[in-house]
Amino acid sequence: MRPATVALGIALAAAFAAPLIGVYPVFLMKLLCFAMFACAFNLLLGFTGMLSFGHAAFFGAAAYATGWLVTARGWGTLPAILAGVAAAAALGAAIGALAIRRRGIYFAMITMALAQLVYFVCLQAPFTGGENGLQGLPRGSLAGLLPLKSDVAMYYVVLAAFLGVYALIRRIVHSPFGQVLKAIRENESRAVSLGYEIERYKLVAFVLSATLAGLAGSLKALVLGFVTLSDVLQANSGEVILMTLLGGTGTFLGPVVGAGLVVTLEEYLSDVVGGWVTVIIGAVFVACVLLFRRGLVGELAALRSRR
Amino acid sequence: MALRTLTRLAAGLLAGLGAVAATAAPDVVIGAIDDQSGVYADNSGIVAIKMAIADAGGTVLGRKITLLTTDHQNKPDIGASKFREWADQNGLNVVMGGSNTGVNIAMSKVAAAKKVPLFVIGAGGASLTNEDCTAYTVHYGYDTTALANGTATTIVKGGGKSWYFLTADYAFGTQLQTAAAKVVEASGGKVLGAVRVPLSASDFSSFLLQAQGSGAQVIGLANAGEDFVNSLKAANEFGVTKTMKPAGLLVFINNIHAIGLEAAQGLYLTEGWYWDMNEASRAFAKRYVEIAKRPPNMVQAAAYSATMQYLAAVKAAGTTDPDKVMAELKRLKINDMFASGGYIRRDGVMIHDMYVMQVKAPKESKYPWDYYKLVKVIPGEEAFGPVTGLCPLAPK
Amino acid sequence: MTEIFGFPVVVVLGQLVLGLVNGSFYAILSLGLAVIFGLMRVVNFAHGAFYALGAVTALLGLKLLGVNYWAALVLAPLVVGLLGILVERLLLRRLAGLDPLYGLLLTFGIALAIEGTLQQLFGSSGESYPVPEALRGALNLGFMILPRYRAWVIVASLAVCFGTWFVIERTRLGATLRAATENAPLLQAFGVNVPLLVALTYGGGVALAALAGVLAAPVILVNGTMGSSIVIVVFAVVVIGGMGSILGAIVSGLLLGLAEGLTKVVYPEASNIVVFVIMALVLVLRPAGLFGRE
Repeated sequence: MRPATVALGIALAAAFAAPLIGVYPVFLMKLLCFAMFACAFNLLLGFTGMLSFGHAAFFGAAAYATGWLVTARGWGTLPAILAGVAAAAALGAAIGALAIRRRGIYFAMITMALAQLVYFVCLQAPFTGGENGLQGLPRGSLAGLLPLKSDVAMYYVVLAAFLGVYALIRRIVHSPFGQVLKAIRENESRAVSLGYEIERYKLVAFVLSATLAGLAGSLKALVLGFVTLSDVLQANSGEVILMTLLGGTGTFLGPVVGAGLVVTLEEYLSDVVGGWVTVIIGAVFVACVLLFRRGLVGELAALRSRR
Repeated sequence: MALRTLTRLAAGLLAGLGAVAATAAPDVVIGAIDDQSGVYADNSGIVAIKMAIADAGGTVLGRKITLLTTDHQNKPDIGASKFREWADQNGLNVVMGGSNTGVNIAMSKVAAAKKVPLFVIGAGGASLTNEDCTAYTVHYGYDTTALANGTATTIVKGGGKSWYFLTADYAFGTQLQTAAAKVVEASGGKVLGAVRVPLSASDFSSFLLQAQGSGAQVIGLANAGEDFVNSLKAANEFGVTKTMKPAGLLVFINNIHAIGLEAAQGLYLTEGWYWDMNEASRAFAKRYVEIAKRPPNMVQAAAYSATMQYLAAVKAAGTTDPDKVMAELKRLKINDMFASGGYIRRDGVMIHDMYVMQVKAPKESKYPWDYYKLVKVIPGEEAFGPVTGLCPLAPK
Repeated sequence: MTEIFGFPVVVVLGQLVLGLVNGSFYAILSLGLAVIFGLMRVVNFAHGAFYALGAVTALLGLKLLGVNYWAALVLAPLVVGLLGILVERLLLRRLAGLDPLYGLLLTFGIALAIEGTLQQLFGSSGESYPVPEALRGALNLGFMILPRYRAWVIVASLAVCFGTWFVIERTRLGATLRAATENAPLLQAFGVNVPLLVALTYGGGVALAALAGVLAAPVILVNGTMGSSIVIVVFAVVVIGGMGSILGAIVSGLLLGLAEGLTKVVYPEASNIVVFVIMALVLVLRPAGLFGRE
């Protein structure tokens, strides 16, 4: 067996066993949701070369939609998740269509500004609960069969969703469609001259990424039982960039590793250093950009291929 | 070889994490979740809670008392997550919730799910004992109903008939506005409109212009903490106070200290406690000043009283079992430096007398922090109003 | 009371004046962004953090050293500008030749570090900076009471903006700068120290941000995160105006401030988002921006 396969097997086994041997399941679920979010983001940045600075909008919009449906409308868990994901997809289509009119740095700034617009809408719209957010979301049950109140049951649902998204992204990247996305990342004008309608490809990639980010948001809302403005805040968009960058853009495992590191760092450091966490995150950002732009997984891979 | 090491390492790591999670503290664990860095940081009750624990000798029922504290930064998600984490992992027995109604609503959902009593002390929103009530919530000190019944009534009776509200845009602000508007209309006044301002806004000018355009006689400031201080200062700067009379619906003594008597004199406000009321309050204030270097406000006094009351209920129940402790809390009377003849009603509201105060003119103030003169005592039942029936646990 | 489209004139004029005050800040900030972008192709995300740093420096100077407002107006931008030069030489320079997105990411990290530090040192609620003695009191404009200080902000910002414009478009230094934007290697060959020019430009750009911060200090609460949301608005302003043009940055900053003020009269709830809505419209109708040349 190849060492990579072995390591993956161990990781999977650990993921399955973790809540049973006493690791705090809520923490693990939060970690998985952010890992999913980062993987979705990486589909855009790593495999299409578009830096969105506003992905929190999709994560948060889905979370709000799901939260509102399960509280105010009494929807079931599964339909509410699907509706949340659909909301993220629709928002992705709207923001994507505007943002892909410009490239590179302008694209980043436009996504940021439009996400800020979404933030203000969430702040003021009546159904989001403004500064209070939506509280006490019931987790309900999966299709009436599996009650999700227990953290362990919920954990396996989130784990399954995460593995599904991870496999889907691998599948997309390796498909002919994914190859075109890579061609766009490497050289946009060449892709155009090869006759691809790159606008269309870019938009589809953007919507896919937004949709999967939305799934992460909906699940996170149900896991923690609340949706608040922190989910749509610009800082959240920045965090997912950091996760991806730190782990390694354009690698499959990178975003997962990055999310694991950042979430753990925030969880445990915030007790030790309090508000200095922001400063540390900023410093990690700077170090990433200056010292290892390929990210941890990317640098490791590069190291191995050199040997 | 490398693989085996890796496996062992992973197993060891997971086992270690598990072990940490499994050791539950046999201590009585009190959590204090409060704003320690934001607009309400000045109201933090943590010093007072520590004093109460020290006064109890650091133990109850022979068990050591541990205090966990965190800064919720006025974000509901932080407060609720911390509460849940402590309940799941640290054997949490009770939470003293500080400022911010939004955060406390979020925490009360966790309190109900995890069966951990929650004392809401700094936050004012009356929904906490109405729509958002739980069997484990105690609202200690004051709420928006009591504030409106004190200040708004007094001002309308003094001739301020038409109102325009400048409202902090979250649960507390809107509830305070609703409560005050109800009182204004019931006493024969009229509400001309309201503008909602984000929490901790940095510039109030355009909102004040909106208020001024309304032509109302009174500008009701449905905000609190530094937001109140800053909006009143800006109202002075833009000449709004020349045409409209400001009404502070929630004012703490430290806010008056920040504004200064020159600018604040004559202001009516409603308090649940004032340090210079009687021997017991002065004695407490003196001890508090030694530690915190400034007198306590009503929230800090309430935090001390609430902690003492919780420990007394634990002692009376002989256990930290949440249901038994809640039953004792609702049975015991509260007679201490904070209240006399106070009690916790079945809907969770702590009933005690409230005081309408007026800020002294600079020449009336004889010694440091001598800021208020008593206008009226409102008996507890009148101030907090009857049980509304909105809380399903406490029908009319 | 006279009315315009059903709104009292006094309210409309009052909000427009306040909008102009905000627009002045947008103008100075987007001007600094445009200057930096023009030469370095870096979108300076840390611009908001330097703005906050300017205000905090002024506040600290007053509290610890007794430096008064007028001195702070010169000294704070100088201090922050020097810090900017340091940031350029130690960090940003290493990214020369890479995708400009890395510059955006790097400055984002710098912004987090600066804002986090300031917030730790000052708490999140902030402090107010006293209005200087000479500018206290208010002017009665008939339709509104305008505090003298806010009038000064408008005048001072306009002076700074058009002063900068003049330097860049009408002086020798500006000509060199513009030449470096067009063809840096050639200029280097002529013996101009281009790396120094780049460092000075970045320093100058963030000094402008710091100047805006000092001007804002007596108007809004000074805290570590005071720049974090304004920088996003300014990004939108820059997208609307088109990054290439100095004059475009100034004019769109002022216009959008006015648009915000007007929205506060007509539909206050939308005043936070109006800039972003305008940005979306501009993107649909004229993707290169109002003053863009692409």
